[in-house]
Amino acid sequence: MSASSTAEVPFVPKTKVGRITNFVDERVGGSGILRDFGRKVFPDHWSFMFGEVALYSFVILLMSGTFLTFFFDPSMAETHYTGSYTPLSNVEMSVAYNSSLNISFDIRGGLFFRQVHHWSALLFVASLGVHMLRVFFTGAFRKPREMNWVVGGVLLILAMAEGFTGYSLPDDLLSGNGLRIIDGVIKSIPVIGTYISFFLFGGEFPGTAIIGRLYVLHILLVPAMILLMIVIHLFMVVVHKHTQYPGPGRNDGNVVGYPLGPVYAAKAGGFFFIVFGVVALMAAMFTINPIWNYGPYDPSPVSAGTQPDWYIGFVDGALRLMPGVVNDFHFEYIIFGHVLTLNVLLPALVPAGIIFTVLFTYPWIERWITKDDREHHVLDRPRNAPTRTAIGVAGFTWYCVMWAAAGSDLIATHFHVALNDVTYWLRTLFFLGPIIAFMVTKRVALALQRKDREIALHGRETGRIVRLPHGEFIEVHAPLDDYKHYKLVGFESPSPLPAQPNEHGVVTRKEKRRAALSRWFFEDRVAPATPAELEAAHGHGHHEAIESVEEQKSLSH
Amino acid sequence: MGNHSDGSPNHSGTVATAGQNVVEKFQDPGLPPHRLRPADTDPRAAKRAERQVAILFGISVIGTVIFLVSYFAIDLGQDSTIATIRTQNLLLGLGTAFAMLGIGTGVVHWAKALMPDHEVSEERHAIRTEEDRQAAVRIVEDIVEETGIKRRPLIRNTLLGAVALAPLPALAVFGDLGPRPDDKLAHTMWAPQDGKLKRLTRDPDGTPIKASDVTIGSAFHVIPEGLNELKEGKLNAKAKAVVLLMRLNPDDLTISKGRETWSYNGIVAYSKICTHVGCPVALYEQQTHHLLCPCHQSTFDLTKECKVIFGPASRPLPQLPISVDAEGYLVATSDFKEPVGPSYWERDEHERLINS
Repeated sequence: MSASSTAEVPFVPKTKVGRITNFVDERVGGSGILRDFGRKVFPDHWSFMFGEVALYSFVILLMSGTFLTFFFDPSMAETHYTGSYTPLSNVEMSVAYNSSLNISFDIRGGLFFRQVHHWSALLFVASLGVHMLRVFFTGAFRKPREMNWVVGGVLLILAMAEGFTGYSLPDDLLSGNGLRIIDGVIKSIPVIGTYISFFLFGGEFPGTAIIGRLYVLHILLVPAMILLMIVIHLFMVVVHKHTQYPGPGRNDGNVVGYPLGPVYAAKAGGFFFIVFGVVALMAAMFTINPIWNYGPYDPSPVSAGTQPDWYIGFVDGALRLMPGVVNDFHFEYIIFGHVLTLNVLLPALVPAGIIFTVLFTYPWIERWITKDDREHHVLDRPRNAPTRTAIGVAGFTWYCVMWAAAGSDLIATHFHVALNDVTYWLRTLFFLGPIIAFMVTKRVALALQRKDREIALHGRETGRIVRLPHGEFIEVHAPLDDYKHYKLVGFESPSPLPAQPNEHGVVTRKEKRRAALSRWFFEDRVAPATPAELEAAHGHGHHEAIESVEEQKSLSH
Repeated sequence: MGNHSDGSPNHSGTVATAGQNVVEKFQDPGLPPHRLRPADTDPRAAKRAERQVAILFGISVIGTVIFLVSYFAIDLGQDSTIATIRTQNLLLGLGTAFAMLGIGTGVVHWAKALMPDHEVSEERHAIRTEEDRQAAVRIVEDIVEETGIKRRPLIRNTLLGAVALAPLPALAVFGDLGPRPDDKLAHTMWAPQDGKLKRLTRDPDGTPIKASDVTIGSAFHVIPEGLNELKEGKLNAKAKAVVLLMRLNPDDLTISKGRETWSYNGIVAYSKICTHVGCPVALYEQQTHHLLCPCHQSTFDLTKECKVIFGPASRPLPQLPISVDAEGYLVATSDFKEPVGPSYWERDEHERLINS
């Protein structure tokens, strides 16, 4: 662009670097890209860093994983250990486990890279999850970002798949038992379960094929899909531009923040090194997955207190919570000579199915209830969307109950309580927890909104007690400045939308249901303070102020 | 619901009703004024920040040196101990951490303290303009028109048919990922071979167990005779055949009809593979005679033929019929009378097959 548009006087670079840059620029049009993106504005907030953590830990995973592939051998052939870890000397094991031990004990930096890889994998899934919670609670999934929310959900599933396939590769006792559980779950699938199991393991469990197959999935297929999804995700972030938190000077028509060059690039780029540094610190100081303690996979032994990696925990916990027999009722039936084993099938598929179905469809559910088809670029403070926040916390609580159940035995041993009681309590919380969480969260959000109103109308408490001449004590309230004040009052509080007739003038039953949900969604909503209310609050004493507001409200009805 | 701080929701004014949105709102005061940082006004503060950034970069250099030194100076030879490996891991990790954190914190500090911190505002643009939409529709219509696909349904229909069928080979090629299950899950190594009953042997060394070795209250992890000698498929066979052997006071056992000859002097053998999802049921509570699976806590009552008394399993552990041979060693008189391990679709069919 730069050279051709000023065709009359061709640009001649003066320095060597300039000549190289110009050569490339003339052939790829870098100037135009830099013009578009060099000063692109990015809003700044600590909660926007979770997505960055996820991205950076994925980069660390690619780098450390590539190193590990140079030394790892995914074969399940039998061998005898001859490496330098003497407790396992001459023990029969698979080549895969043998090479994992060699990486840990005989390759300089191998143990460090294994621990970097494992820690960043745990961090990757965790930061994805927290990033999605941030996006949910701030309403960032709303139009135009619904599809990017779905891409994020796919990334979460892929990350869990990537984690599980990698976890199984060392072929140690712990991961082998994990595979055995997966095999048991697969076998419970009606009609085709046994076939899927035989096809996955290349015959009976454990066979000699599974590690090689998981290896291809782990280092090729799944990471390629993750990379593709990340590209789509970031492309859409560029198209949409970033969301921003509400505040003075910020609205749906603009984006306020720091330019990419230099401040944002420096902060985000520097942050990569910080994430890497923290992961390295963890890998240096905290042992993760000490496979040499577990021994090679053998179908007979198992250690007490077995745990999966944290992100699989909620499924494992659901498996633990489901009773197999209640009184004399067995959850395993025989129907027409075939076995339907609901005690495995239900907990393995239903909770995860519900969580991901609601997760993927939520943007459309809320859009349908509120009939809100506008673009939203300013985020909601979670308290200003109480019902959504309550739904999110309810779902999160449900997840956490199942997650805690995956450690029921550890809870029992650490707190010296009966394992059975822990399970009974968690079974109860499985049903009641989300309901309690919903009610409590909604009330807390509404209370926070009222507190905001209170501060907006009467100022903040200064802690200064003054005695008036007639003996009354009051606490002095100081008014907020305009900018802080606007943050408390500058939000939308939409009202429930009554059922609307369709083009034939008929109010359908579906529309009535929608209206009922809309009433529920905006129930007890708190409106932002208005200038009139503020004026009234200032014009009178404390009590009179509130009364006058009420009078004014009732007059306006 | 609850106590509204300003009274009841209908009168407090805090709860908005329809029509609230027409009420006048506060004006957006615009971006807050820019606040100067120490480094913006005080050259000495700026100089100090500059030095701090340089020191952080220097720390990074030190970290890189630590990494290189500990990589080359510490050798992992055959005689290295676990302590050597731990030390090297610690030093490599700390070196990397300093190298990375030095650069990271240095750059961020540079950005925060010295680079301009003016927030700027940029307009957002429509993601799709109506003009673009109309142009795109015209282009698509032209393309469709030029292909003539609407006028030539024969081409369209044959293409659809071909495209629908073409992926089938891509599914079919997965047919050899594994063998058909057939009745492989129905049998284990315990079936007598050439009329010879298999001895119960210790896991993992494979030494046979005499009935007189099994005292009341003891438990043995058991594998079938000949398992360790298998050339291939050892783990597959073991994954189905592992057994727990225990001896109780015969009076404590409840024995159902048809199983009278399956135990010997209070010695009973049960499959160790959990009927839930297949973990080894490795924990034996001697006092209560309960077997507990450490994976999902299914609990089986040994005195009631391993009936499920807690947890997610739905079926009792299969019992292995045992007896003693002429030399006093424990032997399995037959294979399990039902498939072991987790349930599967064809399981009932296989159970009928075994007992027919």
